[in-house]
Amino acid sequence: MTEAKPEQASAQRLERAAASPLAIELIAINKHFGPVHANRDINLAVRRGTVHGIVGENGAGKSTLMSILYGFYTADSGEIRVDGNTAHITDSRHALRLGIGMVHQHFMLVENFTVLENVVLGAENSALLRPTLRKAREAMKRLAADYGLEVDPDAVIEDLSVGQQQRVEILKALYRGADILILDEPTGVLTPSEADHLFRILRTLRDEGKTIILITHKLREIMAITDEVSVMRQGAMVQTLQTAETSPAEIAELMVGRRVLLQVNKAPATPGRVLLEVENLVVTDDFGIPRVKRVSFSIRAGEIVGIAGVAGNGQSELLEAISGMRDQTLGTVKLNGQPLSLQGDDGAARAREAGLAHVPEDRLRMGLVTNFFEWENSVLGYQDKYGGGLGLDRSGARKQAAERIRKYDIRPANPDLKTANFSGGNQQKIVLAREMERNPDVLIVGQPTRGVDIGAIEFIHNQIVAMRDAGKAILLVSVELDEIRSLSDRILVLFDGQIVGQADPLTADEGQLGLLMAGVHEGEEHPPGPGTLPDHVNPIERSLTKLGPKQDSIT
Amino acid sequence: MSARVPLPRWVDVALLPLLNLVLAFLIGGLIVLMVGQNPLEAVGIMLYGAFGYGSGFGYTLFYTTDFIFAGLAVSLAYHAGLFNIGAEGQAYVAGLGVILIALALNGNPWFVTLPAMIVAGGLFGAFWAYIPGVLQAKRGSHIVITTILFNFIATSMMGYIITRVLKPAGVNSDESAPIDALSRVPQLRVFWSLFRNSPVNLTLFLALIALVFSYWLIWHTKFGYAVRALGHNPTAARYAGISNARMITVVMAIAGALAGMIAVNNVGGVQGRLILNFVNGAGFVGIAVAFMGRAHPFGVALSALLFGALYQGGQELAFSMPGITREMIVTIQALVILFTGAMGDMLRLPLERLFARRQSARVGG
Repeated sequence: MTEAKPEQASAQRLERAAASPLAIELIAINKHFGPVHANRDINLAVRRGTVHGIVGENGAGKSTLMSILYGFYTADSGEIRVDGNTAHITDSRHALRLGIGMVHQHFMLVENFTVLENVVLGAENSALLRPTLRKAREAMKRLAADYGLEVDPDAVIEDLSVGQQQRVEILKALYRGADILILDEPTGVLTPSEADHLFRILRTLRDEGKTIILITHKLREIMAITDEVSVMRQGAMVQTLQTAETSPAEIAELMVGRRVLLQVNKAPATPGRVLLEVENLVVTDDFGIPRVKRVSFSIRAGEIVGIAGVAGNGQSELLEAISGMRDQTLGTVKLNGQPLSLQGDDGAARAREAGLAHVPEDRLRMGLVTNFFEWENSVLGYQDKYGGGLGLDRSGARKQAAERIRKYDIRPANPDLKTANFSGGNQQKIVLAREMERNPDVLIVGQPTRGVDIGAIEFIHNQIVAMRDAGKAILLVSVELDEIRSLSDRILVLFDGQIVGQADPLTADEGQLGLLMAGVHEGEEHPPGPGTLPDHVNPIERSLTKLGPKQDSIT
Repeated sequence: MSARVPLPRWVDVALLPLLNLVLAFLIGGLIVLMVGQNPLEAVGIMLYGAFGYGSGFGYTLFYTTDFIFAGLAVSLAYHAGLFNIGAEGQAYVAGLGVILIALALNGNPWFVTLPAMIVAGGLFGAFWAYIPGVLQAKRGSHIVITTILFNFIATSMMGYIITRVLKPAGVNSDESAPIDALSRVPQLRVFWSLFRNSPVNLTLFLALIALVFSYWLIWHTKFGYAVRALGHNPTAARYAGISNARMITVVMAIAGALAGMIAVNNVGGVQGRLILNFVNGAGFVGIAVAFMGRAHPFGVALSALLFGALYQGGQELAFSMPGITREMIVTIQALVILFTGAMGDMLRLPLERLFARRQSARVGG
């Protein structure tokens, strides 16, 4: 977490900003949803020409507040002032007329339209398309020159990368005359380098006088780009801080309401015998395209192996194949030296039987049946272990669920509640409790803390380390490089379905890992970063020669 | 950002179906008014016809028996995420199993033939549902399409078998040879004179057993757990090691066996022979029964009784009010199906808004 910009420059700009008028002022905003008090007496002042961060855990009320500002909801009480004038924002068109634009977390783009068509969509001010498009093309050129927002206006959306699509969303807002941009969790879908690019754009926008409100739960982003940060907790505004004068630890404490450890405390690993062995694994996706290409690795008892990589480079398919969720085309998976038979649509049952537990990447799609009661989900996958004969031992399962709820501090502490009513962090705890309490030999964990609050992240990380210390082999996949680095004892980098490098998390250089994740090969156009050690280069080169492009035709 | 608040449970399971029903009867009443008849009088006749005297009540229970089986056949499959439109054909084909075993054991007392008919009817019905199940599980052919097509195949095939194979020489009507009276399923009037000449028979108790069995199966067994996991989230079911393909075929087979009991009720209990098209739409009514009963056995029992009463009371009405034709009865029945089945959720959103507002008013005030 390095502070890149010089303190002085930022202080100067803040002084200027302090003098500048308020772009947005929210006074005593209240909003109820049924019995839920989503926003209580919120006061917020956003200065013109600044990047203002809003942080808080899931359900803290950030999105509700921004939706009120954007006209999606109406507040029960309170006042909104835009540029000093009181405004009753009725809908998003009204918000846009006031110069407020929003970039949603999930893009609102027409996939098979061009960039230009998407930019003008809903803002065509003539019955004929041609003059509008001509005007928009001019405007886009200007915006590209002013803010570094380069996107080919004639490219079709579905051909663009996620980062570029996000730029189109920003362009859409600016084309409509937005002066104040709200970005909701903008980096959730971006690779690290795309996120850097986004931040460059945001800085330019700010320097050109635009006001930016950034909703996020990632503290490093707050530190990297915002000028001021407002912390929300349980529907209330806790405090607004000058970013330069605060620390991630302070923000985290304000968010959660107690002191949180941002680092994982763990002793060095003491690896034992090999528990999981993957040899020459080839896995194809639903369309028959190979996604995992002859991957081999092994994990020892008492060791966490982290797989780093940009999402979509075969991690999901790798996890699914090892856990019996997806048929493998080639290769073997051995557990405790015994080959696992994973083919067929009940392979997961045999993997579990052999002692492999799986915390899936997407708990809602795979790991939970949200319509089930909590206790029903706490036996999912192990349902045959409850009760002899045909009957399901409901009371036994419920009793055990109640115990786990206590042990893992799952809230609300009620096993008879529908799982959909639990928050993301608590749902993840339900999955973790189920998979860990079965005492497996091998634990496969995908995205353990995706959409999970900071307080729960600490708990989950500690549980994973405790499993390791109990002598389990753990395979960890996460798109959060920080998480991989802090939890793993060994890092494998997956790119295009191949392991392109291995690193020691204690010595690995982030830039180096980033290059590997981006598929940039050693010694090509990029010179090795300053932290690169020769003994890292060797395994990379070795694996590169082993896994050349010749191997693509394996199926 | 969903501001939708789920309805209180009592509204979901009781008030909403009731409102749907009231709506259907209101519009049905308007139609009766339009043809110049008195709707209140019509309702009175229907109620009396369905529940007012022994024979009428017996007929109501006889129809109810059919609808319980059909409703369960649809409900069980629905819990696995499968839409079984094929109860009609499954019951029809089950009739073949029932008549074959009954004729083979003809002359034996009913307590020998009834279990045999249950098994044979169940097996034949299960087979007719098993094939679409396999096609769905292994080939991905959509169960809705295949079960509909299998209804047509059943009609043609059974028509051929009845008229060309089972029809005894020298008989004019299209039907199989009859089962001896002592080998048929005994009718309840033998035990209770209350039911007079109505066809309700011992199969009614089989239906009640099937209701309890279904409840136990769905909510109290590992199998039912797997069924519901599959129905709610097939990916999570696979994650849990539940073979989707195996579950689909087994669930369809059980659903088909349940539908097959309709044949025991009709072929074994009433007609005593296999006649053309004896199912007479009961399989399709089962879809409405299942939806109105929210696929819960208790709800299925209640809605089956409602539809049984509608059928019996409707026939009574057509008989006693000459101004109301059979077509009009079918219209009213269709309205009930429309409002409780197809448009069953029409009032959900307004109700949700209403209750959300009440709730927030309580919190705010």
